[in-house]
Amino acid sequence: MRPFDYIRATDPTDAAERTSAPGAMAIAGGTNLIDLMKLQVETPDTLVDVGRLDMGSIEEAGDGLRIGALVTNTATAVHPKVRADYPVLARAILAGATQQLRNKATTAGNLCQRTRCTYFTNIDQPCNKRAPGSGCGAMGGVARLHAILGTSDQCIATYPGDMAVAMAALDAHVHIQGGRGGDRQVPVREFHRLPGETPWQDNVLESGEIITAVTLPLPVKGKQIYRKVRERSSYAFALVSIAAIVAMDGGRIARADLAFGGLAHKPWHDPRLADLLVGEAPSPALFEKAADVLLDEADARGGSEFKIPLARRTLTAVLTEATETRT
Amino acid sequence: MSETITVNGVSQPLPDDVRVSLLDFLRQHLGLTGTKKGCDHGQCGACTVLVDGFRINSCLTLAAMHADQEVTTIEGLGTPEDPSALQRAFVEHDAFQCGYCTPGQICSATALLEEIRSEWPSDASDDLAAPTLTDEEIRERMSGNLCRCGAYANILAAIRQVAEEDA
Ligand SMILES: Cc1cc2nc3c(=O)[nH]c(=O)nc-3n(C[C@H](O)[C@H](O)[C@H](O)COP(=O)(O)OP(=O)(O)OC[C@H]3O[C@@H](n4cnc5c(N)ncnc54)[C@H](O)[C@@H]3O)c2cc1C
Ligand code: SF4
Ligand code: FES
Ligand code: FES
Repeated sequence: MRPFDYIRATDPTDAAERTSAPGAMAIAGGTNLIDLMKLQVETPDTLVDVGRLDMGSIEEAGDGLRIGALVTNTATAVHPKVRADYPVLARAILAGATQQLRNKATTAGNLCQRTRCTYFTNIDQPCNKRAPGSGCGAMGGVARLHAILGTSDQCIATYPGDMAVAMAALDAHVHIQGGRGGDRQVPVREFHRLPGETPWQDNVLESGEIITAVTLPLPVKGKQIYRKVRERSSYAFALVSIAAIVAMDGGRIARADLAFGGLAHKPWHDPRLADLLVGEAPSPALFEKAADVLLDEADARGGSEFKIPLARRTLTAVLTEATETRT
Repeated sequence: MSETITVNGVSQPLPDDVRVSLLDFLRQHLGLTGTKKGCDHGQCGACTVLVDGFRINSCLTLAAMHADQEVTTIEGLGTPEDPSALQRAFVEHDAFQCGYCTPGQICSATALLEEIRSEWPSDASDDLAAPTLTDEEIRERMSGNLCRCGAYANILAAIRQVAEEDA
């Protein structure tokens, strides 16, 4: 590991100021950043430890639930209110990593975790995300974990996390402090970016911006499901995952908030799906149509062609379960 | 740095080099070699210790991040003369072959028992509100501890026995 200075931030303003210095990075649980520092994928000059800041509680706000940036994944998943009203979030978190990692992983760190593309994590390989302009090793390489939606000529990496997929389905908001723009709120659906021409930018955070919390809207009626398909039944990243909140009313679909993991550089949310599904009576034909819409521009440039039929089948399975449709 | 960390009840000065992981600090600075280094990347669980009662991978954290916190390692759970219930059950059930993963398994299982007492759910729980103790639950909750010798069946039996005594 390269040498670095280590400082503890005293409050979010201090953290924002200190991380705006060139080469400075925030560290929370450290489970992603230290991993990448050992590999010299990340080489910060200064680590600004935000771990002791007062952002570690879950509070009921009038308009929903506020989860502090430092709340551990475990604390979120076991919170009685999350288990009762936002089970899709508890399920998504519990489907990720291990108890040891979830005990350390934080809300903000999890949102900002970097891709698991093995060309990104190997500094001997070309990678436009890690070393802009060096090329993309994954295109034409071994790339089973890679994206089929929203890719660019520069990068086909996926955002690997589970928690944010559920948060995208729930339409949660990320609260950000510091930076030139002052305090702001960004929907989770817009927090992560597509790779485009700047694949090194994973999300909309600018230098010196610190995440302080994520807020969930008031609970909604309906069935909540998180289905994660992976190469073994536990402790693996998603090939495809779906967070679904689906409500029925008089035999018709009244709500269909869906978000997808493993398919793109961000938790994927396609508003055309709710437009198509809401107001309709559930049927296998309708679910196939939804899959057609979701995948109409799907394109696999690595070895991830298998994800296209896998996403289709997973979507129809989730919609079948959520609407209790007989097949 | 004049900051300290408590390890198995004893206060220790933190290392001067901030790069030192909690794992290397325990093994190389304090000579507590019970905690093992397998992958050094959060994947195998051999380095599992308890920090303020929570199990974590000591390889993916810096010692400096744990100033004023309390770390418990396998050495702090029991001794050959006075083993913990889990340490005794691992011996009784022959829950290891080479033993390399064992300290991590036992630290992890020690926390698991507490998590079950607190009714924390897991990915294997049918009911998020009230998880029940099945073999499937124990397997899922121990999925962060790999055993290359494949002693899983006996590890499960050892944990199950202590969990049932506990219930
Ligand atoms: C073996 C293994 C398996 C895993 N499996 C899964 C899985 O199946 N599913 C899954 O979702 N995840 C998985 N993970 C990833 C894990 O969830 C992340 O490592 C963790 O969530 C990161 O959180 P952290 O607090 O430790 O982040 P850190 O490592 O501390 O930080 C990560 C990034 O977030 C930034 N950051 C941290 N806090 C803030 C803040 N307040 N404001 C702005 N930026 C901030 C840091 O600068 C850094 O860039 C796995 C990890 C490992 C090692
Ligand atoms: S897919 Fe993206 S992260 Fe992976 S090698 Fe290509 S540019 Fe890098
Ligand atoms: S050595 Fe820490 S998880 Fe493998
Ligand atoms: S006993 Fe050898 S690795 Fe588990």
